[in-house]
Amino acid sequence: MAKKPTFWGYRRENGRVGIRNHVIILPLDDLSNAACEAVANNIKGTLAIPHPYGRLQFGADLDLHFRTLIGTGCNPNVAAVVVIGIEPEWTKIITDGIAKTGKPVVGFGIEQHGDIDTIARASWKAKEFVHFATEKQREECDVSELWVSVKCGESDTTSGLASNPTVGNFVDKFNEWGAYTCFGETSELCGAEKICATRGASPEVGQKFLKTFQAYMDEVIEPYKTSDLSDSQPTKGNILGGLTTIEEKAFGNFQKIGKKTNFVDVLEPAEAPAKGPGLYFMDTSSAAAECVTLQCAAGYVLHLFPTGQGNVIGNPVEPVIKLTANPRTVRTMSEHVDVDVSGLLRREINLDQAGDMLIEMAIRTANGRYTAAEALGHREFVLTKLYRSA
Amino acid sequence: MAAPHFLVHEAKDNVGVVVVEGVKAGQDLTGWLMEGDKTLTMKVLDDIPLGHKIALSDFKVNDTVIKYSNDIGRIVKDVKKGGHVHTHNLKTKRW
Repeated sequence: MAKKPTFWGYRRENGRVGIRNHVIILPLDDLSNAACEAVANNIKGTLAIPHPYGRLQFGADLDLHFRTLIGTGCNPNVAAVVVIGIEPEWTKIITDGIAKTGKPVVGFGIEQHGDIDTIARASWKAKEFVHFATEKQREECDVSELWVSVKCGESDTTSGLASNPTVGNFVDKFNEWGAYTCFGETSELCGAEKICATRGASPEVGQKFLKTFQAYMDEVIEPYKTSDLSDSQPTKGNILGGLTTIEEKAFGNFQKIGKKTNFVDVLEPAEAPAKGPGLYFMDTSSAAAECVTLQCAAGYVLHLFPTGQGNVIGNPVEPVIKLTANPRTVRTMSEHVDVDVSGLLRREINLDQAGDMLIEMAIRTANGRYTAAEALGHREFVLTKLYRSA
Repeated sequence: MAAPHFLVHEAKDNVGVVVVEGVKAGQDLTGWLMEGDKTLTMKVLDDIPLGHKIALSDFKVNDTVIKYSNDIGRIVKDVKKGGHVHTHNLKTKRW
């Protein structure tokens, strides 16, 4: 097994460690995207994160909206945040939530001011934040401070054979080092849910997982399905890649949590882990960008994304490392691949070596190397919406 | 051994996965059973694309397909040993 590594990260005011140093311009709502993008255009070194929601949401859906935006701002990959909303009250909910980390954050409401005045004032603040962020230095950190999330996409049978078990090998090693890890994808455990439940760290955690899984089946699939999940789960890409049933996909997916690691708790979407180091299950969609956006909002700073047929996803705040074992994907989509583990299928390397290759790339990425998705400009920020707005 | 044409996860599995491109009907294939590190050989009956499954035994309608030592669905159209197993002859039992 690889020697326990260290990495160079940015320690934030609350003690958490980030691997990127973003100043983000975060809209509360769809109406504020234009102002945020204008500020990001004015002030170099800032990043606007536009999205389509935030108006007339209510109940659990509104709670999730707030939790996701606050969590994104709180993520240790973010040095400072400018929030812009159409009105000040909800904007303040976001800035108050982010301010608890101790990082610089300021909010602006557009009403009574208009876009141009708001953009001018927000730009001054954004400039101040860029000067603040760019003076931050990296420091050497223990690997247990690197919070890692995992989720696969455009899976095929090579995912279950090689790239997902590589992530599992990584998770087993990181777990022994006392790190925080997270998997999700409630719908893609369909068929493997009973075996997944046995991987709860206690019978209560296993039961909590089954309850979450059943709620998803009862509240989402049953009321909305037309025939079954088979038109979207497995996806057309999955089937092209040789997958057939949801069970086959689920058992492949499940390889990502390794052979030894049990999960210590079940998280709500975008909920930060609170039971100490270990592996957590989060109730998420299996759509790549929705899942990663929620994991990022829970505080994970680096994502591992095994793919078969070649998903190209990235995230604006949490770097996404791609790995694949499919030799055709390596040949046809190499610009998206950070780690090629196709040697596993040719018996050129073993799983332990593949896991170590992924750890090495994770540390290099944590130290600053851009992932393929970062270099290609993939910034998919996709909010999960539970039901339609009022 | 040389790079295998197909891989099998576990000894209980009755399907393998083709991991190379261009497998043609009639070809003699070499497989690797990862559990226990064993080598298998098989004559393939169909052209099978990369990532798709090969039957390791004869299947009749309603037989269970086992992969990862687990039930992944049922056969809906007979398949011979060496045949292509995919969505045309394998369905979930769930729906």
